Amino acid sequence: MEMKDFVVRFAGEGGQGVVTSAEGMAQAATQVGYHALTYATFPSQILGGPTWTQARISDSPILSPGDDVDVLVAFNREAYDNHVDEVREKGVIIYNSNDFELEGDPRSFGLPIEELAKSTGNTRAANMVVIGALAHLVNMPQTYLDEFVQKRFSRGRPGDEEIIRSNIQAMGLGRSHTAESGLSVGDLAPPRMPDYKQIMIKGNDALSLGARAAGVEFYVGYPISPATTILLWMEHNLIGEGKFAYQVSSEIESITGILGAGFAGKKAMTATAGPGFSLMSEGLGLAWMAEIPLVVVDVQRGGPATGLPTKTEQSDLLACMYPAHGDVKMPIIAVGTVEEAFYGAIKAFNWAERYQGPVILMTEMSLAERVQNIPKPDLSQIEVEERQVYQGKNGYHRYHGSEVSPMPLPGSPGAYVANGSEHDEMGDTTHLASRHIQMTERRFGKLKLLEEDEFEADNTQESIALMTWGGSKGSALEAYNQLRQRDVPVAWYYTMFLNPLPPRLLEELRKKELVIVPELNYQGQFSGILRSQGVKAESITQYTGLPFKVRDLVQKITEMTKTRRKETVGA
Amino acid sequence: MSKKNPEYDFKWCPGCGDFGVRRSIESAMINRLEETGLPMENNVVVAGIGCSGNLVHLLEGAQPYGFHGIHGRTLPVAMGVKMARPELNVLVVAGDGDFLSIGGEHIAPQAARNLNICAVIMDNGVYGLTKGQSSPTTKLGEITSSTPYGKMEAEADPLELYLTMGVSFIAAGFSGKPRELTQLITQGMNHEGFAMVHVQSPCTTYNDTFEMLKGNPKKGIEPLIWDVPEDHDKSDKMAAYALLQRRGLPLGVIYEDADRPSLDARMEEMRGRARQRTMQETLDSYEL
Repeated sequence: MEMKDFVVRFAGEGGQGVVTSAEGMAQAATQVGYHALTYATFPSQILGGPTWTQARISDSPILSPGDDVDVLVAFNREAYDNHVDEVREKGVIIYNSNDFELEGDPRSFGLPIEELAKSTGNTRAANMVVIGALAHLVNMPQTYLDEFVQKRFSRGRPGDEEIIRSNIQAMGLGRSHTAESGLSVGDLAPPRMPDYKQIMIKGNDALSLGARAAGVEFYVGYPISPATTILLWMEHNLIGEGKFAYQVSSEIESITGILGAGFAGKKAMTATAGPGFSLMSEGLGLAWMAEIPLVVVDVQRGGPATGLPTKTEQSDLLACMYPAHGDVKMPIIAVGTVEEAFYGAIKAFNWAERYQGPVILMTEMSLAERVQNIPKPDLSQIEVEERQVYQGKNGYHRYHGSEVSPMPLPGSPGAYVANGSEHDEMGDTTHLASRHIQMTERRFGKLKLLEEDEFEADNTQESIALMTWGGSKGSALEAYNQLRQRDVPVAWYYTMFLNPLPPRLLEELRKKELVIVPELNYQGQFSGILRSQGVKAESITQYTGLPFKVRDLVQKITEMTKTRRKETVGA
Repeated sequence: MSKKNPEYDFKWCPGCGDFGVRRSIESAMINRLEETGLPMENNVVVAGIGCSGNLVHLLEGAQPYGFHGIHGRTLPVAMGVKMARPELNVLVVAGDGDFLSIGGEHIAPQAARNLNICAVIMDNGVYGLTKGQSSPTTKLGEITSSTPYGKMEAEADPLELYLTMGVSFIAAGFSGKPRELTQLITQGMNHEGFAMVHVQSPCTTYNDTFEMLKGNPKKGIEPLIWDVPEDHDKSDKMAAYALLQRRGLPLGVIYEDADRPSLDARMEEMRGRARQRTMQETLDSYEL
């Protein structure tokens, strides 16, 4: 039977190479022309503790991590026990027979991973043993993989030849050992090498790369899962002429540090997760009040408080939209895919500079660590917006009028006080009612500059629509595609821009009888926001710390559309 | 700014120490302007919240840039400004409550970084703007509006604290001696690193310490303030500690370490070592 895709899950102890195996498999598959997407969860400890990563490999672009596991690679007994129930009926389990023995499971076979690797003379070839085994299970021609190894290890170093030899041998051993088991999961469709250039990148790296493309110049941050990798990326890629990245002492230092840098004229950013975001509340209110451009990334994890640091959730939306006391409503871009992480970051900077204020860029654990092949961005096609800066000689009032106005920068004429107290046109504190009215309207009025035209829409004649947000996009879109195949009458809408929503989108949503919003939180945060804007929205919620399964969404959406139609007919 | 601005209605109480500090800061900035030829706009004053923070609106004459942000967070804001634009002269103005209580956590990291700014702290031993609550420098046992039975914590010793935290320039001043204070602020601004100028700036309404500081021979009150002796070796940390053990309050430069590289200098050095790749090269490194 030809398969369009398969899912392999690697499970074991932290430190056993679970992540590198999955990413190695994804690398190998994409090099030969397949598409790959990884999904990982980590224990909150350095070494040890149960961990797993899975890779979905397909002949076409991938939307979600995949509902079922076709092949489980269990590095130890605990991993087998914890994951065996998620292996689909006709799946296969490879267990590391150097670690434990398993009897009575006809779908399983033992692979002495380390021993086979050792026999090639290269103990680091253990990954290749597993990749060879997987290749056999899905009947992937060996020539592809040999080419991959040739390419990857031809680095012009003296040991290259030996490494290539041992890796190819290791794959061969994995393959032949698997052949003896007589097990198989099917024949994977042959790869179709895309006719465009691709990059293979992790969600947080794509976001960082997007920020760099948008011209980020100043980054400070504090380590926190799952946002730390953005700090590390910046420290490796942003230190140079006029630019800097730096680890500071707390999230309060992060937000106030970028406030200072944004005020001084830099494109500034920080990234954090829930607890750190809470500490930034006051600073975000100040950025809104004093009109200082900056970007804050919230990589969501399970909350509240310390919550589930290594699990995924979409429960920070209300906190991101209304992070501070007083009358504020933050512009929000929530990315839904690895590719959107790149383009969303660019947009976030453009927004911040355009309206001169803080922008919240939301992502989440499942996207942060997701490694995926995406079309390589063409930098010549990227539009980068710059701040309107005051260029005059003097006599200028920074907060003049009711619209966005050129911002003076220290060192040049136009000195003013960037003030967190209500202020007059020159930034001095005031208590006049007329000023508070003018300035409040000025701050809210600027949001109009962020109203975008574009959004995703499909099958829009239907009166029931599906509209998810953020990282649930992949599962929801895959569910939508299946629903369309089954002729379930439902429309698709999607945007990264949660505040302000593209006005035309909001207009269309208001006309719908029902807008179904899959989201990973208890309260149905986004549907609540949509309802407050006059949309008949209802959530499908989940709060397990895991992403939606496509199957569950298909079932729930089908039920909701049927119920609604019955109600309509009954009325 | 306020002179031209009738909307701004904040006023310091008559006799407030902060008037003297303001004058000293204005003089120090103008002296700097004359010395360097750089425009006033090259100065950024980052102000805390409280009576003292309002200084940023009350400066007269040519105007520097100002940042009047969040209670307790002057230092990290100043850090952001200075790291982003090292060519700017960045000054922090804050009170003892803002700087030592809610903002206390920010002193040690900036000292460790040797952030190249000058912080002028107006210490009046009380929260003035909220009408007389106890602050870190209020004396143990003192009765204030928030300590009806007496303050329960020991009084902080800011100068010793700065010394212990590794601040590289520490000076003590008095608002009643603006000429000397101008000198100290100028020295602090010229110091390549983190400079603290801690100023006794009495609150005439809630904690009037003028007489106590200056002394009053008629009433037999010995002055608390005394000048740092000329032979004090300000590069000697132990001598600085010894100075602070003596009765009363020394005025002058307590400690100065002129050799430690500032954060700016370290940043420049790191820029020279860090891998440099263009955006395109960085993107290409991810290509399949």
